[in-house]
Amino acid sequence: MAQATFEEISASDFFYRNRDIAGFTNPSRAIFAAIRELVENSLDAAESQKIPPDIYVRLSFEGEASTDTQIYKLRVEDNGSGIQPRFIPSAFGQVLYGSKYKLKQMRGTFGLGGKMAVLYGQIMTHRPASVTSSTGSAKIYSFKLMIDIQRNRPIILDRKVLINKEQWRGTIVEFAIEGDYLRARSKILEYFKQTAMVNPYANLTFVDPKGRLYKFNRATTNMPDPPKETEPHPYGVDVELLQRLIQLTPHRNMQEFLKFHFHRVGDITAQKFLVFSDLSVASCSKHGKLSYQEINWTGGPHCSRCGQELAFSSSKNPKKLSHQEIVKLMQHLKKFKEFLPPDANCLSPLGQELLKAGIVKELNPEYLVVIQRKPSTYAGHPFIIEIGIAYGGEIPKKGNFVIYRFANRIPLLYDEASDVSYKVINAMNWRRYKVTSDMPIAIVVHICSTKVPYKTVGKEFIADRPEVRKEVANALREVSRQLQRFLSKREHVDREKRRLSVFAKYLPRIAEFSTVLAGKKKQPDIQKLIKSVQKYGTEEK
Amino acid sequence: MAQKKSKGVIAEKKNEIMGGLKKLGTQIYDQLDNGVFPRITMPSRSTDNIHYDPDLRQYVLGERSVTRSARNIRHVKPFTQLAWAAMFSNELTFHRKTSTLRDVYYSAQAYNMTFKDQQESNNIITDLETATGRSREDFNIFPEERSAVFGDLTIEYTVPGYEGKTLNLSSHPDGVLIGPALTSSEFANTTANKVIAIEKGGLFTRFIEESVHKKHNAVLVLTAGQAPRQTRYFIRRLSDELNLPVYIFTDGDPWGMHIAMVIISGSVNAAHLRELNTPDAVWSGVWASDIVNYKLPTDPLDEVDIKRLHELQRDPRYQGDPLWQREIKTFLKIRRKAEQEAFSRYGLTYIVDEYLPAKLEDRGKKKKYSAS
Repeated sequence: MAQATFEEISASDFFYRNRDIAGFTNPSRAIFAAIRELVENSLDAAESQKIPPDIYVRLSFEGEASTDTQIYKLRVEDNGSGIQPRFIPSAFGQVLYGSKYKLKQMRGTFGLGGKMAVLYGQIMTHRPASVTSSTGSAKIYSFKLMIDIQRNRPIILDRKVLINKEQWRGTIVEFAIEGDYLRARSKILEYFKQTAMVNPYANLTFVDPKGRLYKFNRATTNMPDPPKETEPHPYGVDVELLQRLIQLTPHRNMQEFLKFHFHRVGDITAQKFLVFSDLSVASCSKHGKLSYQEINWTGGPHCSRCGQELAFSSSKNPKKLSHQEIVKLMQHLKKFKEFLPPDANCLSPLGQELLKAGIVKELNPEYLVVIQRKPSTYAGHPFIIEIGIAYGGEIPKKGNFVIYRFANRIPLLYDEASDVSYKVINAMNWRRYKVTSDMPIAIVVHICSTKVPYKTVGKEFIADRPEVRKEVANALREVSRQLQRFLSKREHVDREKRRLSVFAKYLPRIAEFSTVLAGKKKQPDIQKLIKSVQKYGTEEK
Repeated sequence: MAQKKSKGVIAEKKNEIMGGLKKLGTQIYDQLDNGVFPRITMPSRSTDNIHYDPDLRQYVLGERSVTRSARNIRHVKPFTQLAWAAMFSNELTFHRKTSTLRDVYYSAQAYNMTFKDQQESNNIITDLETATGRSREDFNIFPEERSAVFGDLTIEYTVPGYEGKTLNLSSHPDGVLIGPALTSSEFANTTANKVIAIEKGGLFTRFIEESVHKKHNAVLVLTAGQAPRQTRYFIRRLSDELNLPVYIFTDGDPWGMHIAMVIISGSVNAAHLRELNTPDAVWSGVWASDIVNYKLPTDPLDEVDIKRLHELQRDPRYQGDPLWQREIKTFLKIRRKAEQEAFSRYGLTYIVDEYLPAKLEDRGKKKKYSAS
């Protein structure tokens, strides 16, 4: 009888076996994903210090790997915060290790990016990665690392300490990777262009394996305010998160627990919720135990019948909640209607000025309007939609609109047709706005959120959430109205210009022909007539 | 036989034409000089302004007029084109050069005046015709020539290089092309006492071979299908200036009948023009009743023929002489048609020896009768 064997696998092992879900599907996609993950880490590292990012990416050819793939060396340098030496090995040599488990708007969501790239490189080439970093202190630390895949641990092969004479700050990552650059090229260039568009304060430099230099210069040094870290909102929690919070909380009663670990929950809200969910009992000296509806909360809780102040039974110790109680707690958290909506200061939208600067820099349009919607929420997660619509300039006329999608300042380059923006744009009645698909129009949609509603792990498109759809649609209508105003004004001016040019072209000819025909020598003076048309033209406006 | 003479008509006409064009130019010039947008008023050519005039026995334009103003953004381009066309026509007439519609279209480009297409340039020429009341042939703009004339008529050229030279139109047995040089000639003298217009080239040649021109003292005109405007004008001149009666021979079908009608009463498209029709000309055959009387070999009328007959039945031009309605009814009754050549079943000369004299006598009598 065969015996089934079970073995534990490490996180590294898991991603080694399932690299598709992190975007390393095939050789061309892998090289794109590696660049993308490292660039995004670098952007985050610089932005967290409010330093305008300077990022240098070089991909150099190392040798043939197979008929379709080559070995490349990828080097990414940034001027970001740098990593403290004791964290360097884990930051690059241990999957699911990272600074991204607190709630604020960040580019990545899984803490996978950089490590996955290094892991993938190691799998394919068996070469170590080298990481050099300094936080601007007197020393620069340089590591040669590999990942022990089975144990999910970094292996340090070499460690050097250099003197930081020039007070350099930043991180340099270099490793070998197998991939297909030729096929990935257009996506990679598109990625840089769009990243430059949505990070207009960044300098991006890319040198490709043929030595071609692509440079995207910053248009401004203004940067958006960095997001504040925030606790999870009660609507957005699940049982797992509750359990973790309970494990690490120092608080011994539910009211304190709720107040300290959840976003926008104060004493009153916590008290209300506890009564609502039967975790606490409110009683009046005259009427005894009161239900949630019998309590008047305005100006401190008191009995709605006699106005007496109420006594509350001390609530449970969260650590003592049973598993069933935790499940129930989560269900009540979702049901309770009186939690305040999440605050958007944990978000860092780009802002109209910066988004404008980015679009102007990369598309140089004839007309551009950008708006930012007020914060909104879905399932307890705050989000903000920013939208821009650009007309003319370097935007191609290709029979349909060019759509640029961004989430937390990351360009989304794949699966456009599945994205909620694509659906909203296609469902719009564009004729109402005098817009036709053959116009050179680009639409830029940026969603920022503490939890971007991606449909898949690949982080390529935004799910069709009704709240998100509504915000995108409203934003789109708003910019379209302004575009329409611009278009009709331009059409009017054009028509006027054409009108004037017709008279200016033909009246002199009429004068010329009639002079010959009448047998006269001197042509009649028509300047007065042409002027009168011009005057008429301006009056008509 | 008395020799008829007609001279000076062409020279006089040329002066009138140039005068008309100059007047148009002066009008535009003066308006511009006075600081106002020039405008030209001309009769409207829209279908509801075209009426049949029973006295003139042709279509004419009604009272309504249109104004082309250079003030109007939609008019300024056609206005300019019209001014150019007037100037160009003036040059052609002055230098006695000829041109065609196609040529006009291309010539415009030499003046940096572009027409969108041939149709646009044709329309402008029609505008010029309407504004001046003159046909384009008067401005030396001619279509392709295909019709011919033969007979004892001496003409005197007025075209450059041939001024004063004469030609007898019986000097070439194929006939002489009715082109600009011929239509601009003065009639010197003739012994003919009638004109016979023939639809088809084959019959025209037969008539010459059989000396119809001598036997019947006739000038023979080949219309080659629907007569071109200059041929219609030429026939009108033969009728007016030389006082010759005109007899028209066509195929015995609705289309042949209408060829005769256009020579007699003009066309809708030329409602803005005069003197292109010959109201006194008569249709001598082949009639529907001839098909019956002469037992001619026939073809059945097809659907298009029948439809055309119904159209013609309602046409105001067919309401005057009762002959027309009678023949249309006969066609509809027998539902057959016959070509001119059908007479060949009785031998090659039958049409000349028997049919023609009978018809000429018949129509001649009728004409005398109706005229008195």
